[in-house]
Amino acid sequence: MFYRQAGDFKTSYRGDIQTFPLKQDRIGYYLVLAIAFLVVPFLLNDYWVSAVILPFLIFAIAALGLNILTGYCGQVSLGTGGFMAVGAYACYKLMTAFPEMNMFVVVLGSGIVTAAVGLLFGIPSLRIKGFYLAVATLAAQFFLVWLFNKVPWFYNYSASGQINAPERLMMGFAITGPNASPAARYLFCLVILVALAVVARNLTRGRVGRSWMAIRDMDIAAEIIGVNPLKTKLSAFAVSSFFVGVAGALFFSVYLGAVEVTEAFGINQSFLVLFMIIIGGLGSIFGSFAGAAFLVLMPVLLKNIMVGGLGWPTDIAAHIEFIIVGGLIVLFLIAEPHGLAQLWRIAKEKLLLWPFPH
Amino acid sequence: MVSRSDARAVDPGSELLRVDNISLSFGGVKALTDVSFDILRGEVRAIIGPNGAGKSSMLNVINGFYHPQEGEVWFAGEKRRNPKPHNIAYQGIARTFQNIALFKGMSTLDNIMTGRFTHMNQNLLMQALWRGPAEREEIANREKAEEIIDFLEIQAIRKTPVGRLPYGLQKRVELGRALAAEPELLLLDEPMAGMNVEEKEDMSRFILDVKDEFGTTIALIEHDMGVVMDISDRVVVLDYGKKIGDGTPQQVRSDQTVIDAYLGVAHDE
Ligand SMILES: Nc1ncnc2c1ncn2[C@@H]1O[C@H](COP(=O)(O)OP(=O)(O)O)[C@@H](O)[C@H]1O
Ligand SMILES: [Mg+2]
Repeated sequence: MFYRQAGDFKTSYRGDIQTFPLKQDRIGYYLVLAIAFLVVPFLLNDYWVSAVILPFLIFAIAALGLNILTGYCGQVSLGTGGFMAVGAYACYKLMTAFPEMNMFVVVLGSGIVTAAVGLLFGIPSLRIKGFYLAVATLAAQFFLVWLFNKVPWFYNYSASGQINAPERLMMGFAITGPNASPAARYLFCLVILVALAVVARNLTRGRVGRSWMAIRDMDIAAEIIGVNPLKTKLSAFAVSSFFVGVAGALFFSVYLGAVEVTEAFGINQSFLVLFMIIIGGLGSIFGSFAGAAFLVLMPVLLKNIMVGGLGWPTDIAAHIEFIIVGGLIVLFLIAEPHGLAQLWRIAKEKLLLWPFPH
Repeated sequence: MVSRSDARAVDPGSELLRVDNISLSFGGVKALTDVSFDILRGEVRAIIGPNGAGKSSMLNVINGFYHPQEGEVWFAGEKRRNPKPHNIAYQGIARTFQNIALFKGMSTLDNIMTGRFTHMNQNLLMQALWRGPAEREEIANREKAEEIIDFLEIQAIRKTPVGRLPYGLQKRVELGRALAAEPELLLLDEPMAGMNVEEKEDMSRFILDVKDEFGTTIALIEHDMGVVMDISDRVVVLDYGKKIGDGTPQQVRSDQTVIDAYLGVAHDE
């Protein structure tokens, strides 16, 4: 069977604006969802969940968030790690203050708190742009990490300065704490990721998304069309921070379980998520997934090949990994600013015409 | 409240916009000095003058990018007090730019849909849910956008990223984006600059059709005197920031001050 548009005509605007206009794509999407929910949980083991699957799911949420701000609205941020920390600490405070609170509500609440903080740090974006805004968000990154280290209230005055996620159940299954099973942790994160991906798609396909892109592409033209620059940028900061905060909450509670802020949410995380959306594709939902998958999987693969397969020392392997990631980022920035998502699109366009390209 | 089209139908030929004694300077540079004129509902009002005469600055005053040091702007019978450009869009003024200012990362359709911004109001939460009001609003506005696309005969490039379009088509898409707002007053800053004869004819036809079919009032900056004579009802002439002529194309063309100041230099740009 061919990958085809023919015979799949759009007779309504509703048909034309749906997420997957092509029938094959739609089927593919539902198939992926079915496998993710019904098959994958039975194949999981601890190693895969910890090394690949959970980081992928969680970083995909963070990448979606940063992509909204940077890819769609054009506001560069180096504060992702700091905002993940806000989500993590909000999550910790909520879990410990309200032990009975449903974990979905906790995660949602963490996102909302982070959105409010993001809103605050977004205010300078009306006056400062580009490089200077990046520096301002970098300042936010260091300030937030410093704050969570410095103020004992945030870590409930624990002696270690760490925060630890207590055990919480969801429909009788532990999803946090030492007794949480790989499948339960996976499913909890998956549900949230799928829901947020749909939200991201909905926001970016309509009025709000167009106003973000308008500000990104040509802010004066956006204004004469009625787009209020401050409101629009702030909405991007808020929504983006919500996603990033949710990612931070999950990273802390479901993935790591115990967090020391400098280590878990340092500047490295900010760059990692930024690299994900650059490699995956700025301004693309699919690209956020592709970038997260790529940067989570690649180190694992490289390590398995170089250390496990070839027997190289780990530090050399780590250096080679840096070189490869750095090289790829430069390559993508120069050759394909729209990242893996664009390569995928081009491949599909070719496939639509195959085998008769003219 | 009277809707825009009703107001137009009731009162063609009445004053839509008036600028009174506008003076605008940037540091030492006087861009506009004591300029006054009006624009009547339903007319094509040309603003002409040599490069640097202050034509674009005048449009920037009208749509709120520049705030003049002196003078008043009256729109639809009300005096304006330093509004922001995005508020002015809601009052019914749209424009195109001298240098194309399209949203380069978006398709033709998305550019035109963005032009519908003032007609859409579903909030973030409704947008996130999509199903229901947000989707209905999107579809209703999509129909309007498609009308504009048909009107400008750009169906074939509907899904093309505008950055890939040739210059002439980009100008047309920018007109489409402004029209999508269904403005009462449309400001066009050199819509035909850099076009060949055929493209200019197309654009002239679109401008006249906009006036006739939608009843839109148009302020037009244009260098090509032939075009100005053909499609405008009245002409304002600026030179070094001052108004030196105002009247029908025939009056302006035969005015000696205008001939000396402007028409003489129009051909050696
Ligand atoms: N933002 C600005 N800053 C400084 N000078 C400006 C600015 N905008 C316009 N000017 C000056 O105002 C004068 C009129 O410019 P403009 O309105 O663009 O003329 P036109 O559109 O008739 O060619 C020019 O001398 C120009 O340099
Ligand atoms: Mg000009």
